[in-house]
Amino acid sequence: MKDVEKIVASTEGIPVDEEIVERRSRYDPVRPLDPEALIEVQDLTKQYGDLVVLDNISEVIRSGEKVAIIGPSGSGKSTFLRCLNVLEDPTSGNVFFEGNNLCNPHVDINVQRRRMGMVFQQFNLFNNMTVLKNITLAPVHIALHDLRREKMHNGWTKFCNLFRKKDKKQPLIPIQRDAKTIRADAAENAMRLLARIGLADKANVYPSTLSGGQRQRIAIVRALAMNPKVMLFDEPTSALDPEMVGEVLELIKELADEGMTMVIVTHEMGFAREVATRVFFMDGGKIREQGTPEQVFGAPQDDRLKEFLSKVL
Amino acid sequence: MWDIFYEQFVTKGGYKNVLLGLRNTLIIAIAGLAIGIIIGTLVAVLQVAGKRNIVAYVFSWVGTVYTSLFRGTPIIVQLLIFHYIIFASVEIDSLLEAVIVFGLNSGAYVSEIMRGGIMSVDIGQTEAGRTLGLSYATTMLKVVFPQAIKNVVPTLGNELIALTKDTSVASYVATMDLTNAFRLIASAKYEYIIPYLMLALFYLVIILIFTVLIRLVERRMRKSERR
Ligand SMILES: Nc1ncnc2c1ncn2[C@@H]1O[C@H](COP(=O)(O)OP(=O)(O)OP(=O)(O)O)[C@@H](O)[C@H]1O
Ligand SMILES: [Mg+2]
Repeated sequence: MKDVEKIVASTEGIPVDEEIVERRSRYDPVRPLDPEALIEVQDLTKQYGDLVVLDNISEVIRSGEKVAIIGPSGSGKSTFLRCLNVLEDPTSGNVFFEGNNLCNPHVDINVQRRRMGMVFQQFNLFNNMTVLKNITLAPVHIALHDLRREKMHNGWTKFCNLFRKKDKKQPLIPIQRDAKTIRADAAENAMRLLARIGLADKANVYPSTLSGGQRQRIAIVRALAMNPKVMLFDEPTSALDPEMVGEVLELIKELADEGMTMVIVTHEMGFAREVATRVFFMDGGKIREQGTPEQVFGAPQDDRLKEFLSKVL
Repeated sequence: MWDIFYEQFVTKGGYKNVLLGLRNTLIIAIAGLAIGIIIGTLVAVLQVAGKRNIVAYVFSWVGTVYTSLFRGTPIIVQLLIFHYIIFASVEIDSLLEAVIVFGLNSGAYVSEIMRGGIMSVDIGQTEAGRTLGLSYATTMLKVVFPQAIKNVVPTLGNELIALTKDTSVASYVATMDLTNAFRLIASAKYEYIIPYLMLALFYLVIILIFTVLIRLVERRMRKSERR
């Protein structure tokens, strides 16, 4: 992370050099080209063996955008989404999140992913934990981990301070919360989120006892508990019974209205039209067409898109 | 018939050996399985993680060699090799020796059981953990393992039962186990019927008790998910 930041900082203000763009290879700490991008994808290619699933995609997603990805089955929508938080390792190309190159092995991917929520088609709630524990697990674990590191750092500083002259003593990191407060805060936050979706009474049950719609809404607030900068949804309603689709879409729409940046792969064209600020049409591993919902749905240019829309609308 | 057995069992102090043998048999089986679970889990994790990087790959290869060796040779041969070759020049308690060999042996089987258990947990669980910013190790420890363990409890129970019965070969390296104790009683006066039937009964009862305990554990684990 440090390397990238340094290079980003040192090259700020210099116009984009064609040569630099040429020379970048996967593990070089290259830099994002658009300083305003929340997520920037550069020349992203993903192959499974000989099968090219994503074909050299470059795209920028800015803060506050709601991007809907549509396209026929097998066109690479899920793969593209999963490459955005490198759940799927790109074969080549780079993905930047807030200026950090997620494809650089020196970037701590776990730290970056904390700010990228992801919601799956199959919910993927942790089966071995209660709803409350599902939501608090990551925030508590990460806060405790940081707390331990700060304490160790302070211990070392204290030890070193013994040998330092009075005016050379190093300050300690102020520790604001102990383990107990961390847990209490996380639980409180989780209960607030559960109350928001009207499931506060389900805090102590296991996911196996809940309906699909309830599970998916809990999966969404589990991601929200990390205060993400962006939410990635992969067909969040495709595994749901029809009568539960509404409640999940409603929650997602609420988030969109609150200004959450989101990328959402969906087959719900009505929803995409209503919520999205930009729509990508993917086919054959490429973004064949993109634009506002009005452009994409109202005046499609690409033949494949026309064909696709005639089938689904 | 009964008086000979009674004489050997009580008057000549055979029961002391039987008690010692019972204790040793249980220790070998339970401690062996405990060691087996620790080793087996480690090997299984290394093999599941084997694709991640070169270090994990080397370790997973070591794990594969270990499993093949211990699954590919009879336990008696392993006992003999450890007793007469590896520990030949070391003063070591024969009980400890048996525990080590049985632990290593069961580790090879448990690693396969655990690997199956880990693989049976939906990949989505790992993905969900990773997207929340948890590390691979944390996700494994907090999310995948607890579910894997629950899936493998019945199979681990089988392993405990098999191991308990296998301990009867520990007498080959002079461990005073249940089989050895009864064999001494039987061979003292060449009167075999009662001692050996009794021996069978002892094993049967131990295994029945284990079976009930395993059921209880299973039921408890299952209950925790439905509330
Ligand atoms: N792990 C994998 N190994 C091999 N091929 C894969 C793998 N994952 C996906 N693919 C292939 O990549 C292509 C794109 O898959 P992807 O899941 O991204 O499509 P999609 O657009 O999300 O489709 P759907 O609408 O059905 O979800 C498909 O042809 C699929 O068979
Ligand atoms: Mg998909």
